[in-house]
Amino acid sequence: MDINLKILRYDPESDRKGHWENYIVDAEPEERILDLLHKIKWFEDGSLSFRRSCAHGVCGSDAMVINGENMLACQVLVKEVGNPIKIEPIRGLPVVKDLIVDMEPFFDSYKKVMPYLINEKEPGDRERLQSPEDRDKFEDTTKCILCAACTTSCPVFWTAETYVGPAAIVNAHRFVFDSRDEGTKQRLEILKDVNGAFRCRTAFNCTSACPRGIQVTKAIEDIKRETLLNS
Amino acid sequence: MKIVKHSFDGVIVGAGGAGLRAAIEAAPHMKLAVITKLYPTRSHTGAAQGGMSAALANVEEDNWNWHAFDTVKGSDYLADQPAVDILCKEAIDAVIELEHWGLPFSRLDNGKIAQRRFGGHTVKEGESPAFRACYAADRTGHMILQTLYQKCVSMGVTFFDEFQVLDIKIEDGICQGVIAYELATGDIHIFETRAVTFATGGFGKIFKVSSNAHSLTGDGPGILYQKGIPLEDMEFYQFHPTGIYRLGILLSEAARGEGGILRNKDGERFMERYAPSIKDLAPRDMVSRAIATEISEGNGAGPDSDYVYLDLTHLGAETIKKKLPDITDFVRTYVKIEPIEEPIPVQPTAHYAMGGIPTDVYSRVLSDEKGTVLPGVYAAGEAACVSVHGANRLGTNSLLDIVVFGKRAGQSMVDYVTQTKPNSISDSASDDLSKKIQNLIDKEHTDEFSVANIRKDLQESMEENAKIFRTKETLEKQTEILEELRDRYENVTIFDKSKVHNSELVEAIELDYLLDMSEATVASALARNESRGAHSRQDFPDRDDTNFMKHSFAFKKDNTANLKYKDVELGKYEPMERKY
Repeated sequence: MDINLKILRYDPESDRKGHWENYIVDAEPEERILDLLHKIKWFEDGSLSFRRSCAHGVCGSDAMVINGENMLACQVLVKEVGNPIKIEPIRGLPVVKDLIVDMEPFFDSYKKVMPYLINEKEPGDRERLQSPEDRDKFEDTTKCILCAACTTSCPVFWTAETYVGPAAIVNAHRFVFDSRDEGTKQRLEILKDVNGAFRCRTAFNCTSACPRGIQVTKAIEDIKRETLLNS
Repeated sequence: MKIVKHSFDGVIVGAGGAGLRAAIEAAPHMKLAVITKLYPTRSHTGAAQGGMSAALANVEEDNWNWHAFDTVKGSDYLADQPAVDILCKEAIDAVIELEHWGLPFSRLDNGKIAQRRFGGHTVKEGESPAFRACYAADRTGHMILQTLYQKCVSMGVTFFDEFQVLDIKIEDGICQGVIAYELATGDIHIFETRAVTFATGGFGKIFKVSSNAHSLTGDGPGILYQKGIPLEDMEFYQFHPTGIYRLGILLSEAARGEGGILRNKDGERFMERYAPSIKDLAPRDMVSRAIATEISEGNGAGPDSDYVYLDLTHLGAETIKKKLPDITDFVRTYVKIEPIEEPIPVQPTAHYAMGGIPTDVYSRVLSDEKGTVLPGVYAAGEAACVSVHGANRLGTNSLLDIVVFGKRAGQSMVDYVTQTKPNSISDSASDDLSKKIQNLIDKEHTDEFSVANIRKDLQESMEENAKIFRTKETLEKQTEILEELRDRYENVTIFDKSKVHNSELVEAIELDYLLDMSEATVASALARNESRGAHSRQDFPDRDDTNFMKHSFAFKKDNTANLKYKDVELGKYEPMERKY
């Protein structure tokens, strides 16, 4: 069937601002939105630019706004989004070209929360022990693929680019609730800041946007609570 | 075209598991850069699911020698046994090290790392399936990639994200540096460096149905192959038995490790006929051939009788939710089936290259079949061929390979850099590449010579003629097709003429490597008149140890390959008939 795609395009070498372009693509209902973008790029207009790699929702390259909502283009099928389909770059990060945004500010925020295990104790020559119950406490936030769908769906982030954003807090959560980690104090100190977790206004956009089904808003609430308990 | 020059002691190309592990080893000892065409966390290591084997013996008695036996037998005796010993022995410390760096492994009730069963892994040399694969639910690769990247962030490793390396400069046999193309700007970057590790991953995109990412185009092997470095064991390409029907998305062997069963259209558990003792947990080459045979004999399911079922319905919702959450989500997302209630349509999917850049056990690249070391150049992970996987890799051994030999690549870089002085690379080192890019941009675009059309014809023909079962006829036919495709590629054109994020230009260059990989694969397969591991010749159905206990080395020659051979390094395991 014919699908009508409206794509917000921007070429920094020739455009002063973005403009909508229409494409008619023949597609099956079971095809991924990414497959449609490829059909355009490969067989109609090679200049259409977007990021992609794994094509099944694990690498986090192709977050975009599809009919108003943040999704991974490789994880959504034609039959789930209707016709026409409107596609825009994710919001709140500078657009570089077409559906490609500058990810550097996003990764800078991620790095701010010390997203690595901190434990100075000599671990010995075998694994540190951790009970299945302790392991479960941070299971949800280990799933993050850093696609930025959550952060760029957040209304606070849209207006305050200094806010670390949901993804960074999710990655802090992954270590704060890991029984092996000893960096909680330092991380919570960072997240107590005016640009930290308390900027969250509990809009739940992030939770709806997460393609991995992480309870992002809950993770932010956990961090807020932990900060209050630790202060 | 703007040209930017950098100077480093060492450069790592690729930021998946092997590249990041090498970086962790090398970064404290030199000025190091990691160059990746993606962002590090987008690398395909993150798509690995089931586990990473090591004889930790957390669940039952185990021993790294048994792991080595299984790896050698699984390889159909083509793996080099001294290298396999290193892999299996160092596996234990490699897993513990990842745990110490924070990898969130799933846990047993006693708090130790959980282990599960996987295809071809047994206790006591074949007695029964072994609990050997250490795992983090069914996203072990994701956790390895994240943990290694986190470690690199904590160490302050320098990354060049979204830079495509396109050339290596070697003068008088000595590495001078690499040339890269910056996607965001179209600028050319000359990296002066005397040590380079290629960790660019596989090349599954030579086939139509593949579990591989779009980015897996054999860049590292292609760059070296074009410089006259051979590619080893290219005829051995693994097809994973359980890809989602038509899409090829991987459904981990962990599904069968947890008790999943393959069934044909009549519901029969057909693996009982092909591997009576370990059934569905036979190695991947055997299971993929069994599926292909069931389909060709009319036992396939569906309107075109072209798939079989992976049945998880008897495992129960709790096991599925706890141990196989991601793959069952893939099924829900892409097939709209509830795996707790219905069996899943699957077919074999192109998955893993056993072959690649030849290296020794120190991850040093070899420039010929005699074992001559190419100074300053290293390779690790799927891009390399040590060889630890021989003719068929066992599940979980790739995640092991990337950390064990990634680390060794990093150590070798350190050794080399501390023993040598910096070279200087000429400012004109990128001239030929700039010219190639300019030519691509200047040429008028035509559909006939578009990247996508040539690539589509390549993938479809490789799928048809060089997949699970091969014959002299299909391979000769594919040789002719590849010649035509190469001729078309000589005139390849692109539509996009821009500088900023010109991914079509990158795809055009990747297609060159895909053609190289296909040419080497088909030439190597045509010359191997036997069936061994993943290489299955219907006209030579038996293994021939008299003539083919040897590794192939394909050297690029025009549009095909010139083949030479090197004997397999044997050890304590004598080749025997491979039965499970």
